[in-house]
Amino acid sequence: MSYSVIVKEDCATCQLVVPVIKQLEEDDELAIYSQDNVQFPTGVSVIDDTQLEYSWRRRIETVPTLIKFDDNGEELARVVGWEKSEWQALTGKPLEFDLPDFRPGCGSKSVDPGMPEKLAARFDRDKLQSRELTISTEEDHMEACFDRGWSDGLPVVPPTAERVMRMLTGTNRSPDEIVGVVPPNLVPCTIEKIAINAVLAGCKPEYLPVVIASVEAALQDEFCMHGLLATTYYSGPLVIVNGPLSRAIGMNSKGNALGQGNRANATIGRALQLVIRNIGGGKPGGVDRSVFGNPGKYTYCFAEDETNSCWESLAVEKGFSETTSTVTLFAADGMQGIVDQKSRDPESLSRSFAAALRVVGHPKMILASDVILVVSPEHERVYRQAGWTKQDVKNCLNKLLTIDGSELVAGAGGIAEGIPEKLGGKQLPKFREGGLNIVRAGGSAGMFSAIIAGWGASGTIGSVPVTREIK
Amino acid sequence: MTILMDPTSERAPENRQPLPRPADLEGKTVGLLDISKPKGNIFIDRLEDLLVQKGLATKRYIKPTFTRVAPIELSQQIATECDVVIESLAD
Repeated sequence: MSYSVIVKEDCATCQLVVPVIKQLEEDDELAIYSQDNVQFPTGVSVIDDTQLEYSWRRRIETVPTLIKFDDNGEELARVVGWEKSEWQALTGKPLEFDLPDFRPGCGSKSVDPGMPEKLAARFDRDKLQSRELTISTEEDHMEACFDRGWSDGLPVVPPTAERVMRMLTGTNRSPDEIVGVVPPNLVPCTIEKIAINAVLAGCKPEYLPVVIASVEAALQDEFCMHGLLATTYYSGPLVIVNGPLSRAIGMNSKGNALGQGNRANATIGRALQLVIRNIGGGKPGGVDRSVFGNPGKYTYCFAEDETNSCWESLAVEKGFSETTSTVTLFAADGMQGIVDQKSRDPESLSRSFAAALRVVGHPKMILASDVILVVSPEHERVYRQAGWTKQDVKNCLNKLLTIDGSELVAGAGGIAEGIPEKLGGKQLPKFREGGLNIVRAGGSAGMFSAIIAGWGASGTIGSVPVTREIK
Repeated sequence: MTILMDPTSERAPENRQPLPRPADLEGKTVGLLDISKPKGNIFIDRLEDLLVQKGLATKRYIKPTFTRVAPIELSQQIATECDVVIESLAD
């Protein structure tokens, strides 16, 4: 039977229990670890733990902590702070000193703010397999990241080992787990590499599971990330987050949901882009051949507003429960507004939506792009008051968007663009079956909605939206 | 000294690499920068002769003084007007 006790001089309770420690040291095999002063306590043999390795490995949160071991060195039990009865029970000794019965301990130095990740980086470094790059003290760290090509054009957070360790606390998954192969260079992607890029992007550790799920979804074959990257089209990956986690991490689904200002929205979408850039090697001017790109290729991520919605969420439509958190990846262009401040019945509003949706890609382009129609609360209210389900809206829009082929053929309206002449006699849908998606988001005031058009190669020919549970 | 964890596929060398060099100078405009070191102009003149003989377009630039880095306007002008630049160092 043996014991260890972890103390620091800068702790009144540790000072208080010095007589107890001295008696235990006389009677038993007791290892005394001091976190701040190897001369404390005086008169006994003290082990230097000012580097906090022992405290970190033993996961000490409070000093003093007294730990009891069996003959094989396995921990049997521990007590924290000073509670006389507990110390008596652990040691089996009366410990009759002139001390109060109870005093709480102090915080262990190993859990000071910022310290756990520093200690993890120091003592658990073999968990990280990535190459370490040395930046000289003369070099500005932010500039060093730009110079190495890690940035999308905006500053990134330099990925020190401490920051990567802190990021990895956001997941229970092993850093060396491979989640997929990242195009265009077909590089196996580990949790660790995702975490490093999440650091670059400015994520909090609590966002990491969302980033991982987004990467996993993007790497599914049906999402076609390689083609989406390489296309001359405008599109890039959009991440829509559903479920309780979107609220728990403070994502914005309301005013300015598609805009700036929310850290989770901003950094999760950015982390996915940086994974493609840095791990996959997909960069503008390289494999990324987009004519324009779109502002969402910096970051494109928002949450659906599920609170008080009269509709089931996108995730529920995809077969997940309301209590499951998911990401849905969509190959998305920029955003186009629909302003309708006068419609008060669902038929009129739907006709507005349909007229705006008709021009996705080109007024004559059909069965090419999928679309996300982002309906604001004030527009949703029109449907709510009329009792329309989301499917009712989709049915109505798809009916309104069934177009006479004569309007679509090449040359019609004096426009050379268009579909082959032979389709002129048919009634043709604007969107493929299942290609029209509806989510609810946006601020509470304003009869505006938003169209997020999809890649012109939507569907099995190119990209199919992928929904994945966040674990 | 700071250690950063590599966010990439680690397929590029650890140290930063110079920008890729063109395979040849065919159709390129070559900037010739005299940094104002004595006799630098002689070196540049000779280089220009050789380049022009090869049918290449050249443009001449002079730094105000060799003791300082080029003014940003001059760097921008060269970057805008030329595909490659040769900088002379002479004495």
